Amino acid sequence: MTSVGHQSLSQDTRLAWLFALPALLGLLCFVLLPFVLSVILSFTNLRLGSPLPLEFMGFSQYQRIFTDQAFLAALRNNALFALIVVPLQTGLALLLALLVNQPLRGMVVFRSLFFMPVVFPLSLVAVVWILVFAPGPQGLLNQLLETITLGAWQARDFLHDPVWALPAISLTSIWQGVGFQMVILLAALQGIPHELYEAARVDGADRWQQFVCITLPQLRNAIIFVVLITTILAFRLFDQVQIMTQGGPNHATTTVMYEAVNSAFGSQQVARAAAMTVVFFTIVLLITLLQRAVSRHDRVIE
Amino acid sequence: MSGKQRIRMLSVYLLLAAFAFTFLIPVAMMFFGSFKPDDQVLVQAGRLGSLLPTEFHWFNYRDVFARVPFARYLFNSAFISLCIVAGGLLVNSLAAYAFARLQWPGRDWVLLVVVALMIIPLEAIAVPLFYEVTLLGWRDTYWVQIIPFIANAFSIYLFYTFFLGLPKELEEAARIDGAGPWRIFFRIVAPNAKPVFASVAILSFLTQWGALLWPLMVTHSEAVRPLPLGIATFYSLPPLQWGDIFAFGVMMVTPVLLIFVLFERWFVQGVATTGVKG
Repeated sequence: MTSVGHQSLSQDTRLAWLFALPALLGLLCFVLLPFVLSVILSFTNLRLGSPLPLEFMGFSQYQRIFTDQAFLAALRNNALFALIVVPLQTGLALLLALLVNQPLRGMVVFRSLFFMPVVFPLSLVAVVWILVFAPGPQGLLNQLLETITLGAWQARDFLHDPVWALPAISLTSIWQGVGFQMVILLAALQGIPHELYEAARVDGADRWQQFVCITLPQLRNAIIFVVLITTILAFRLFDQVQIMTQGGPNHATTTVMYEAVNSAFGSQQVARAAAMTVVFFTIVLLITLLQRAVSRHDRVIE
Repeated sequence: MSGKQRIRMLSVYLLLAAFAFTFLIPVAMMFFGSFKPDDQVLVQAGRLGSLLPTEFHWFNYRDVFARVPFARYLFNSAFISLCIVAGGLLVNSLAAYAFARLQWPGRDWVLLVVVALMIIPLEAIAVPLFYEVTLLGWRDTYWVQIIPFIANAFSIYLFYTFFLGLPKELEEAARIDGAGPWRIFFRIVAPNAKPVFASVAILSFLTQWGALLWPLMVTHSEAVRPLPLGIATFYSLPPLQWGDIFAFGVMMVTPVLLIFVLFERWFVQGVATTGVKG
């Protein structure tokens, strides 16, 4: 009996490896290996097509990128972009989720409408919004602002204006992405037990009190998650910049990924680009750890 | 219904309508613009009432095919996305099953690594991956856009959590009836896990259909380039003709919109499950 049991166990093992092997091999070659490689390469002088021998350079790539004005601007822009997009997008997503969650007819239609831009490829969204931000009387946004301000608005070239270019990209991103966050928050809203609201009503709490004392605390983990995802997405910003501004004007919209791709691809400096992506990953890791810490804190309280 | 309730309902609808209208403006501009002569797209863009075309023309669509290899981009996007979705469904679900149901030494340890890999976004590894495929001589091909993206840690995780929640009794019964593990997986487990297959398929299709960064790095010939690169190229191709660009956009987004309309339930569920992770 035991020998049969043992045999079936090892059969199980072989089978398990057979089932898991293709995926594990893929992850090993195309995620884990490049990840380890990016750290290693960031300490070298690797440049594609360069005749120089490969050398260990220590931290000098990091020293170089952290004294490079364009890269520092990129870090600043990513942070600023996150500061604009995260609160606005999360707030708007929450508002839309609350509205769509009302027990009224036709809410499904509105939910679909707000979610629809999520299926639009970012590259297409970026191209369409170039025309929204177009300068002069041709631009939709300029026209709208002029109408609203009764002609007081001075038409401007949003995407070529160092002050307005990044907010313009932010607006584009919020339009495309808010439906995603809305759906996550909506699922969390619908998971709140009705009894809580009934009990609050019995206690005489008005709608605002119910929102502050029940809805918000119950949504806490979902909101933390949405904030995390949006912050990480903010640091991944690339497509809109590539298409709408190419990092300009004068580095006003360049991002970490835009600089990395330009180094690797434009000037073949693989090692330099690797150092940039290591910095990028460190930021993503820190944000994730922060979210874990905050969420766990919540569970301890419960 | 009391007057107060009615006012409340009305204000909810009004707010929603205002948001919906704002959300729809760029879409309407693209859709209607694709049927207008070029000069009208530009001159009229500023006036909301003139978003609607006075007459419908198809020449922008004809122009797209004449100016760029649109059919080629479309085929490339469809082919690449479908290969990744099909390969990913198979490979990742099998791996997840090995984690969820089979006993093997080192399982929990390997699972931990897979879960840790979830937080590595493509952007963090794009540069060394670019170097890797350059060494392999894979640049400017279909498979350089397909093979690295089939195995996916997040898909494995979604399958894994779903399989854990399935009752074991069905599989036990099949095993007693003499069914082998492959048969059990494809005849019992997979049919009972349709929601997670649908969610993973839709999420990965959506990601691939819109992918720009990786194709931009590894391709340079039109023969293998997908739609997002196509529209970026088309936009920078003089003369700048917005009607043509919008026609390109409409054709580019129609397949995903169709899938969205047909499978909306799975879309929303798929996105909502990504939130469960938190």
